[in-house]
Amino acid sequence: MTRVSPARIALYVISTLVLVYLILPVLIIAPISFSSARFLTFPPPSFSLRWYQQYFANPAWMQATRVTLTVALLTVVIATPLGVAAAYAISQSKLRIMRVIHMALLLPLVVPIIITAVGIFFVYAKVGLVATLPGLVLANVMLGLPYVVISVLAGLQSFDPAQEMVARSLGMNRLRSFFAVTLPQIKSSVVAGGIFAFISAMDETIVALFISGGQYQPLTKRMFTALRDEIDPTIAAISTLMTAASFMLVLLASARQKKSG
Amino acid sequence: MLALVSPALLVILALIVLPVGWLAWQSIYHDGFTLENYRRVFTEDIYWRSFALTFEISLAVTLIALLLGYPVAYLANALPKGWSILILSLVVLPFWTSVLVRAYAWLALLQRTGVINQLLRYLDVISEPLPLVHNTFGTVVATVHILLPFMVLPLYATMQKIPGDLMQAGASLGASPSLTFVRVFLPLSLPGVLAGCTMVFVLCLGFYITPELLGGGRTVMVSMLVSRNVELYNQFGAASAVAVVLLASVLLIFAAVSRFISLDRILGQK
Repeated sequence: MTRVSPARIALYVISTLVLVYLILPVLIIAPISFSSARFLTFPPPSFSLRWYQQYFANPAWMQATRVTLTVALLTVVIATPLGVAAAYAISQSKLRIMRVIHMALLLPLVVPIIITAVGIFFVYAKVGLVATLPGLVLANVMLGLPYVVISVLAGLQSFDPAQEMVARSLGMNRLRSFFAVTLPQIKSSVVAGGIFAFISAMDETIVALFISGGQYQPLTKRMFTALRDEIDPTIAAISTLMTAASFMLVLLASARQKKSG
Repeated sequence: MLALVSPALLVILALIVLPVGWLAWQSIYHDGFTLENYRRVFTEDIYWRSFALTFEISLAVTLIALLLGYPVAYLANALPKGWSILILSLVVLPFWTSVLVRAYAWLALLQRTGVINQLLRYLDVISEPLPLVHNTFGTVVATVHILLPFMVLPLYATMQKIPGDLMQAGASLGASPSLTFVRVFLPLSLPGVLAGCTMVFVLCLGFYITPELLGGGRTVMVSMLVSRNVELYNQFGAASAVAVVLLASVLLIFAAVSRFISLDRILGQK
């Protein structure tokens, strides 16, 4: 170790503080959710599962959970094949218009989500899709597409298209050669893209605030409404479960991506 | 090939291009063409002040994120691989926690009966709880938290491409470490600074959940103006005009920045 300059020490201290700032809010939720007190106090009074019981015993929360899971699953089932097909076409085609289409598919990441939400609300109001399950799923498919496209495009970059050419020269048609040769090699990035689309749908709040209603309200909309009114530790329990689910999915996705190397 | 992209493209056209086009149309057409909505946005106080506040907050958030993010990215770049992976994982970890969950966490931390106020009172630093949330301060703290990864990742990606020999060359020519940093490293990291700042600033312009939940109704950012005009006042034309001006600002910023660095570079790092 060379001499430690004051600048170096400052660098370590500042970085550590920033990392604490980043992690603290993520770590604080679980203790609140397992505490028996309504407000977080020091030291936490006692361990309790009452907020989890309140969550699982409440029909409204359960219905919202079902909506969230249904929407997220349907989003993955629809967005993944659409995104894979689009990414494949973008990477294979030399057409100039593909550049434009590629950019268009990334639009959901560029347009501020509040604008997208209000716009979709107006369009849905005209065609009667407000407060419906298909409406919610469609919106989330659109929002999830960029994740699938980005992930699969990255996977295709390391794939040699000549391999597919060989399969085709041996008599396979394009579709079969894609499924037999290409897909197995980009499987990891497809799965990762699908997982990101799932997380995106699970966490999506703003569009749901405008277009969901009645019995088809996802968890996030109910949580948002509850947070506006008061701080109910039931939300901490739900948040802990949601965070755990997200982390497990991300670990799964990154393990997948690493395997494809 | 076009047939393969068309389903995805159709979804994008129907669910984002059409809705945004609809907003644009609605902002200028209501039983005939009118610029009344834009006149209101540009002359009436509430709109004007909200746009000014949104730009101020976005600027503050961007600067704070840069000041906090640069050292972290620098350290992750300088340390051996194992450490840098750990640091980057800690940076990305909150990324995968819902924005709503983090808003809740900040409420729990910052409110009058929250963790920080209790801790400070316990330590006898303060006698009255500090107003840490339901104001602009709380909004900024939580917004920086959410946007920091968007600053650190492009910074780190750019720093990774700076050859280490350059710093050694600087040192061998007699420059002190701080001089080498200022003259060599810092200028070479500027593309990352620009990419990170653009992403943070633009995302912040459209922020909704955090100011709505942590701003206490006083910090009315543009996004809240849009939602209130729709939900409370049924002023669809005004809401549309505000949305169009916000979108135009975002696109202008992207267009301006893309003259210096490629858009892929800004959007590439998710």
